[in-house]
Amino acid sequence: MNKHFLGDTAVLLGRSLRHIARSPDTIITTAIMPIAMLLLFVYVFGGAIETGSDSYVNYLLPGILLITIASGISYTAFRLFGDMQGGIFERFQSMPIARSSVLWAHVLTSLVANLISLVVVVGVALAMGFRTGAGVLGWLAVAGILLLFTLALTWIAVIPGLTAKSVDGASAFSYPLIFLPFISSAFVPTASMPGPVRAFAEHQPVTSIVNAIRDLFTQQPVGTDIWTALAWCVGILVVAFVFADISYRRKIS
Amino acid sequence: MLAVMSIPPTTDRVAEPAIQVQGLEKSFKQLKVLRGVDIDVARGSIFALLGSNGAGKTTVVKILSTLLKADAGTARVNGFDVATQAADVRESISLTGQFAAVDAILTGRENLVLVARLRHLKGPGAIADDLLRRFSLTEAGNRRVATYSGGMRRRLDIAMSLIGDPPVVFLDEPTTGLDPEGRLEVWQAVRKLAEGGTTVLLTTQYLDEAEQLADRIAILHEGRILVNGTLNELKQLLPPAEVEYVEKQPTLEDVFLTLVGARAEKEQR
Repeated sequence: MNKHFLGDTAVLLGRSLRHIARSPDTIITTAIMPIAMLLLFVYVFGGAIETGSDSYVNYLLPGILLITIASGISYTAFRLFGDMQGGIFERFQSMPIARSSVLWAHVLTSLVANLISLVVVVGVALAMGFRTGAGVLGWLAVAGILLLFTLALTWIAVIPGLTAKSVDGASAFSYPLIFLPFISSAFVPTASMPGPVRAFAEHQPVTSIVNAIRDLFTQQPVGTDIWTALAWCVGILVVAFVFADISYRRKIS
Repeated sequence: MLAVMSIPPTTDRVAEPAIQVQGLEKSFKQLKVLRGVDIDVARGSIFALLGSNGAGKTTVVKILSTLLKADAGTARVNGFDVATQAADVRESISLTGQFAAVDAILTGRENLVLVARLRHLKGPGAIADDLLRRFSLTEAGNRRVATYSGGMRRRLDIAMSLIGDPPVVFLDEPTTGLDPEGRLEVWQAVRKLAEGGTTVLLTTQYLDEAEQLADRIAILHEGRILVNGTLNELKQLLPPAEVEYVEKQPTLEDVFLTLVGARAEKEQR
């Protein structure tokens, strides 16, 4: 590792965080769609949805948090794309810095920005009556899963950020990710779905992650869900990282 | 003839040129962009790479600044091989790309501080303030770059390139898209650079820019260097000029700059 890696990453992280501080709309727009869904599903559709849970907002929040992350990472792709287009990426790459720190700064910025959005969404959920008996360890476990999920999706976002030809292309990739929770246990129990849909819903990553977080919030034993969830997160992370790394190497050689 | 003799040949100036390029080739898929480029640039000189759009100027600059790998040939910058000693090359150069590579969301000063930090220099704030002064950007220093004019952005861009005093500076079409005043500002900045002993390789598609600035000019065409020499040497490639009587009218540029320049001076007072 280059001896300047940590220092350079810190400097570039400071730069990206300043971008966020100067355009807080990226945080607000990230949080606004999940909040709208939260309101819509809790106060409009929720009454008709049978989940077996005492309150629907408690049932819904884990899935909404994943949607928040899925919509938040499109800004990561957007910011990276902006650097690529503006020429500042090339300026950094032609300087005597640890080259990979340019990417890592964007990745860490994504973690910080998503964390803020998540806190906002959780705050709204609390105001809407979300309650959990989870202690510090439970919350830490939830935070850890969300962090890992953000990291995995962020590395996916790096790929279009590096390779897209237009702004639309750089952020469009996130739409399927945002809608994946709809075909999962995030909004309704999978048992209510017809066979093939149910099979898909029960074997895609969102369901196990949502179930694990839900169990942590309701202080139920997490069972195998948490291992499936962690395996999905790490698997996505590794695959996305490899492809992002390949795209990156193509860009700089 | 006298003019040619007064400019000594490159090899007599310094033993080792700041930039040495031999047999450089680069293709993008089927397209052969560079077909064997040879250049030597003497230390402390301004070298202009002249060519039309798509001639391969930017590709040469990208290879020299370690952003692209050549398919064949060698290139040494400040004595370091761009392929095998890329990190040393990056210590020795700075690149100002075709589009002003500045961060529009940060202020001018923050941009300079950022680069000073990334070059691991002490006192980034003082370095930034000094450059803001040298490039007449002190007043604009705390404004976001998004509010700057094209000329100001370019000036900031070049100021960012000077941080850490790299011995070799690449300027890729530094005045493309600038108004006449902006061009003059950039030209002045480039001249100051060379006076300070920096080697400048600039690419341009404007003939007058090369004429104004460069000690040596090379014309890149279809991936090869057609000619390489001083302005006078290049002029001698064509038959001697005929003496004609011409009534010298001011050019539109003269008129424009006189009118606008006069007003700008008045505003400054």
